[in-house]
Amino acid sequence: MTAPVTAASIALDGAVATASPVEAEAFVPSRGFWGHVGHRLVRDPVAMAAGAVILFIVAVAILSPWITPMDPYKGSMLRRLRPVGDATYWLGSDELGRDMLSRLMVGARLSLFMGVTPVLIAFAIGSAIGILAGYVGGWTNTILMRTIDVFFAFPSVLLAIALSGALGAGIFNAIVSLTCVFVPQIARVAESVTTGIRRRDYIDAAKLSGASALTIMRVQVLGNVVGPIFVYATSLISVSMILASGLSFLGLGVRPPEPEWGLMLNTLRTAIYVNPMVAALPGLAIFVVSISFNLFSDGLRTAMEIRQ
Amino acid sequence: MNAPVLTPSIDPRDRGGPAQPLLSVSGLVKHFPVRKGLGGQKQVVRAVDGVDFETLKGETLGIVGESGCGKSTTAKLLMGLIERDSGEMLFDGEAVGSRALPWRAYRRQVQMVFQDSYASLNPRMTVEASIAFGPKVNGVPGRQAVERARGLLARVGLEPKRFAGRYPHELSGGQRQRVNIARALALEPRLVLLDEAVSALDKSVEAQVLNLLLDLKAEFGLTYIFISHDLNVVRFISDRVMVMYLGRVSEIGPSDAVLAEPAHPYTGALLHSMPSLDPDNRTQVALLAGDPPNPIDPPPGCRFNPRCKLAAPVCTQVEPPLDPVAPAHRAACLARQPGSGHPEAPAALAAA
Amino acid sequence: MLLYILKRLIYVTPVAFGVSVVCFLLVHLAPGDPLSAVLPADATQATIDEMRSAYGFDKPLPVQYAIWLWHVLQGDLGTSIATGRPVLGEVSRAVVNSLILASVATLIGFTFGTLFGFVAGYRRNSVLDRTASALSVFGVSVPHYWLGMVLVIIFSATLGWLPPTGAGPDGSGNWRPDFEHLRYIILPAVTMSVIPTGIIARTVRALVADILAQDFVEALRAKGLDEWGVFKHVVRNAAPTALAIMGLQLGYLLGGSILIETVFAWPGTGFLLNAAIFQRDLPLLQGSILVLAMFFVLLNLIVDVMQTALDPRIERA
Repeated sequence: MTAPVTAASIALDGAVATASPVEAEAFVPSRGFWGHVGHRLVRDPVAMAAGAVILFIVAVAILSPWITPMDPYKGSMLRRLRPVGDATYWLGSDELGRDMLSRLMVGARLSLFMGVTPVLIAFAIGSAIGILAGYVGGWTNTILMRTIDVFFAFPSVLLAIALSGALGAGIFNAIVSLTCVFVPQIARVAESVTTGIRRRDYIDAAKLSGASALTIMRVQVLGNVVGPIFVYATSLISVSMILASGLSFLGLGVRPPEPEWGLMLNTLRTAIYVNPMVAALPGLAIFVVSISFNLFSDGLRTAMEIRQ
Repeated sequence: MNAPVLTPSIDPRDRGGPAQPLLSVSGLVKHFPVRKGLGGQKQVVRAVDGVDFETLKGETLGIVGESGCGKSTTAKLLMGLIERDSGEMLFDGEAVGSRALPWRAYRRQVQMVFQDSYASLNPRMTVEASIAFGPKVNGVPGRQAVERARGLLARVGLEPKRFAGRYPHELSGGQRQRVNIARALALEPRLVLLDEAVSALDKSVEAQVLNLLLDLKAEFGLTYIFISHDLNVVRFISDRVMVMYLGRVSEIGPSDAVLAEPAHPYTGALLHSMPSLDPDNRTQVALLAGDPPNPIDPPPGCRFNPRCKLAAPVCTQVEPPLDPVAPAHRAACLARQPGSGHPEAPAALAAA
Repeated sequence: MLLYILKRLIYVTPVAFGVSVVCFLLVHLAPGDPLSAVLPADATQATIDEMRSAYGFDKPLPVQYAIWLWHVLQGDLGTSIATGRPVLGEVSRAVVNSLILASVATLIGFTFGTLFGFVAGYRRNSVLDRTASALSVFGVSVPHYWLGMVLVIIFSATLGWLPPTGAGPDGSGNWRPDFEHLRYIILPAVTMSVIPTGIIARTVRALVADILAQDFVEALRAKGLDEWGVFKHVVRNAAPTALAIMGLQLGYLLGGSILIETVFAWPGTGFLLNAAIFQRDLPLLQGSILVLAMFFVLLNLIVDVMQTALDPRIERA
């Protein structure tokens, strides 16, 4: 506005603002909360780049059985530990003479599976526990949340290793252990978000309509809490990837000769003096996926900070 | 709406006839425990401390009082959103919560509109879904529930084509409150509780919504309990008025009588503290000094005595009963009750 | 204040109790008989039964727990199956080494974390801020066991400056504060410090930016206080939270050091746990985890109390 601002015009604007005919306004096409989030996320270059990397690696993982340049299981004692950039082995070969590129591609399957699955399961279980505790409150809340406090007394790495150590090595046990690590964390977030909205008037209004507690949790609560819990869960995928590969690295997860990045990193430890570049490759892969999930999760969180 | 226009006398749900109060409340009590520090003394906030009143069929009962007087707690108790400590509620002659009238059945006939138009709508649901939620959980098939929601949106002045698919943040405060009213009506209630329902709105919008409420009441044969701190609004909409002070009823009666010739000094003070547009009518004296006393530890005797201009020694000793001062008009003030021992008490009641 | 400590203690007791239950049950999570590791493969049923009652495994679980807890409270964590020595002795030796490593790492993390955090918080959206943010994302995203390997590749395998593994030249397994031993702690400590650096930097940045945006800073400047004076105020307000995070990070590092200790063959609890897992030395596993978890609970308590003592805004009711 170029008009000179005077005391009178300010007063007038103020009066107009409070008494404006609110019923008449331009038509805005309605877009739900997730529509807004998606709209903002698409405009975040970092999150989009991270998302693209994740999609690319997921695609490679899914397609790997058909697109690997070589057999990831077949080695050759004569061609062990070829360097990166080798004419046959583009990313070198491992300590048993197997093609690194092919093994990294196939390894993405187990690494992603073991990193993402625990978070997904924990997302379902933790949300259910947290929403129940938060919505019902009272003694149910006290008992559930104090139990969860016990698991918070263990640093997550320690808990994961203790559980897998006790259960024994194996993919299934590793996933169970990691799920146990993440359920309390997600439940705590879900509980605090749910507690934040359970006193809102719209929950009271839903109670007044005669809906059962289960219906209210499913229809009215879930839609409002699932967003923040989901963002938190995506931020855990990075931790989960590192921990899952860490378990395999310790020999508690995937067993040889199955390719998995953490396990590959472990078996290549002996090669750091001979061919350090090759030895570091699997860890680089874990790092790239982990940082991509972190950046995407950050972008998602920012995109969800919308005035509601 | 396809539904026939109902009047109270032909509502098939009407049991006791027009003479029977729709809702009658007696001895309603709610104390909230508070505790100070570890091992501190257990104390209670006497939010609602023995409230009795009746709502007649087809009327609008206004409830007024300062903030903290127990209006909102009363509303939540009436809706069963919090559990009462003691007291009885009869809805059309049947005890609420009894086998004859369980809470679920009662709630279908009683709905509420909240003060905060935004907080009372689910931000993740379209307004149509919010309105249709109630009918759906009560067994109305999905499509019919949505149709009912659209019909109600049209009825409250929001064109369904434009508004049905919107989210709460895409509406103005007045529009949201219209949606809330539509939602309250979606279950076809007989009694609607309006808890400061227009207080947060701009004056011009407030008038529109008040007129809408009056239209809807006539069309659907509703009874209103209208809670507000704004005496002007209460005067405009109410048939009878109930004044609350520190968790108790201090006066109840026809709005003309209560607001023109208040029997209780607290009502008088409230009326005088209202800003007036008439310069001759302005007061310089603060009639209601200070805040209400702490509801944890209310003063003995009449709770209003520390702020009352009529206070006499007897007021600190005797708790005044809510007795008639005129036909259909009752007040809890010793100065109005014959034989109470108050120096200004009338000799005898003129016409009981 | 005393009342507050008492309150926290009352709150911590059920948690500690729960932790002990979880540690106790760990052994029973293990597949097969908890005795399978002790018994010879060709043990007769009679021997098995005899051992069962000797270890008390024939009693109901709650009774076993009570007996176990009674022993634990007296400082008896059982006997290591692999070495035949008391678990408590093994664990305490390892805890000392781990604590040294974790403390050095926390100190490094705190120094660089607060440095980055302050710079980033003061100069928001500058190049320095972006760099600090990138570093903190790196810190929480990098698999630290891989970072350890990379550092070994660079500084040991390639440059030959620092030893790749162990705690000292003699290989005895105990770290001492002298120059020769110092060279051994650098790589593992730096590797370990990456996570707390990132987390502390992120927290301090948010704290500083938050404090600088508050009204009282404006008021201080209006009063004529110079930037150094303002800085002191910011430090005083950010310190309790930053110190609390540092304390918690120490706990996380101590409990999470197993991967890094494995990479560097550091003779701490992580190394001990690794050995316990692969030798199926369940008493040792149980004992180490119990000690580490209890340490973490205690650390949480101390941090909580200290934060309350330092921060006047938190009520000590």
